[in-house]
Amino acid sequence: MAINWFKYAAPSSFYGLIGKMIPWFAWSSGILFIIGLYIGFFVAPTDVQQGEAYRIMFIHVPTSILSMFVYLVMAGYAAMGLIFNTRLSSMMASALAPTGALLAFLSLWTGALWGKPMWGAWWVWDARLTSELVLLFLYLGFIALQAAIDDPRRADRASALLAIVGSVNVPIIYFSVKWWNTLHQGSTVKFSGTSMHVAMQQAMYTMLLACWLYVIAVSLIRVRSIILERERNTQWVTDLPEVTK
Amino acid sequence: MNRLSLFGLLGLVIRRDLILAMRRRADVLTTLIFFVMVVSLFPLGVGPEPDMLRKMAAGVVWVAALLASMLSLGRMFSADYLDGTLEQMMLVPQSLSMLVLGKIVAHWMVSGLPLVLMAPVLGLQFDMSAQALWILIAGLLLGTPILSMVGAVGAALTLGLRGGGVLVSLLVLPLCIPVLIFGTGAVDAAITGMSVASHLLLLSALLLLALVFTPWVTAQALRISME
Amino acid sequence: MNWGEFFAMNGYALYVWGSYGMALLIFIIEIILVRHRKKLAVQQLRLLRDAGKEE
Repeated sequence: MAINWFKYAAPSSFYGLIGKMIPWFAWSSGILFIIGLYIGFFVAPTDVQQGEAYRIMFIHVPTSILSMFVYLVMAGYAAMGLIFNTRLSSMMASALAPTGALLAFLSLWTGALWGKPMWGAWWVWDARLTSELVLLFLYLGFIALQAAIDDPRRADRASALLAIVGSVNVPIIYFSVKWWNTLHQGSTVKFSGTSMHVAMQQAMYTMLLACWLYVIAVSLIRVRSIILERERNTQWVTDLPEVTK
Repeated sequence: MNRLSLFGLLGLVIRRDLILAMRRRADVLTTLIFFVMVVSLFPLGVGPEPDMLRKMAAGVVWVAALLASMLSLGRMFSADYLDGTLEQMMLVPQSLSMLVLGKIVAHWMVSGLPLVLMAPVLGLQFDMSAQALWILIAGLLLGTPILSMVGAVGAALTLGLRGGGVLVSLLVLPLCIPVLIFGTGAVDAAITGMSVASHLLLLSALLLLALVFTPWVTAQALRISME
Repeated sequence: MNWGEFFAMNGYALYVWGSYGMALLIFIIEIILVRHRKKLAVQQLRLLRDAGKEE
């Protein structure tokens, strides 16, 4: 059975397709969150070194990983929009940006709350925390540039270029920050600590998957609004059942 | 009519921009005064203990240089954009990247080079040793062109936008963090007696990388902004 | 293990619940915001359509 995927590159068919997919992503994300939290809080044993505070990891690690991953995906969509001139990929990029910024913020927040009992300070200039902060700045720059440009086509293309430059810079920034950190003898407490219990790993992966599905669901809802806002003058939008009703 | 060679074009653009800058000397001076003022504020803020000042001198000078070079970024393309010159420039048969490179070089000579030349004087305010001063200057010589190049991308992206000045800092400053780290790291290494070569070599690598890519990226950004 | 002990998190209650609480808050706010934006978009489309009809 051959599915014509290019059919879904048109906003009109994509809009309907994701409308059907969103509930699936949302519900599976919710269920996985419950399972992940259950394993994380009731099955996983207390960590020998870090006590109960290590349970923050189950939310900290997924948000950190996803905040970086989402930036790359966003830059990829933006680049696709810039190179192939596909409107939909640019819309996906702008739908992912706010979620990515919130994930970066959550990663910093949970990192600080983990750091206080572990390092004795809310903020330590640790290489990972610092890079995460820079990543948040990059997200904010992307959003600010898009918000400052009125013409959506120019906004898409300009912010795409910024995202590409940013993603080329992210490794350079990460290694320079890491190097700077080792030069200044930063803190050496590791996040993962000793070998992880199986239940801890299960909780971590379940939460990662749950957060991932959440990101997909939320950004798909957002991209639907963006499609409606940008395509408001087309016939198919005015014919939508939720509009005609 | 003989066709202009690439380097002929480069020279022409640099000369033109320098002449224009010299007609508006006040702009150049404002950046420089801002730089001096920010650096001089730090001892007033943290106290005059020479030990502490020596320790933070490189960082303060570098951060101030970073901020000062952000100030002048808005001027890189805006005058040419407003009077329509930029539109004509984009129709030139020669490569737009080369033209942009010329503008970047001119911008650096007007706003980056004065900072480098001013830095030793400010370093003395902070009681830096002669050796550390030399390393600071070498780092700034390698680093400030990168700031101009990365800044050019931001300036091109924000061309003609409301509140472009603040926005460009928001876009460019995070990308300049590696330059800051290696520039101040070199001075730290010199003070603690370690090898400074690695820092300066990394800065040179960043400079080459920026030299290869940023003029082209800036040209693309200009095309996007001028559509 | 009883519930009081569970919520005390062995003295780490502030940090653990602070993390999860903020995550929950952010997720809820984001969900409300994206749904609100969708509603606004649809509403605006209806207004546009009605304006078109009257002409």
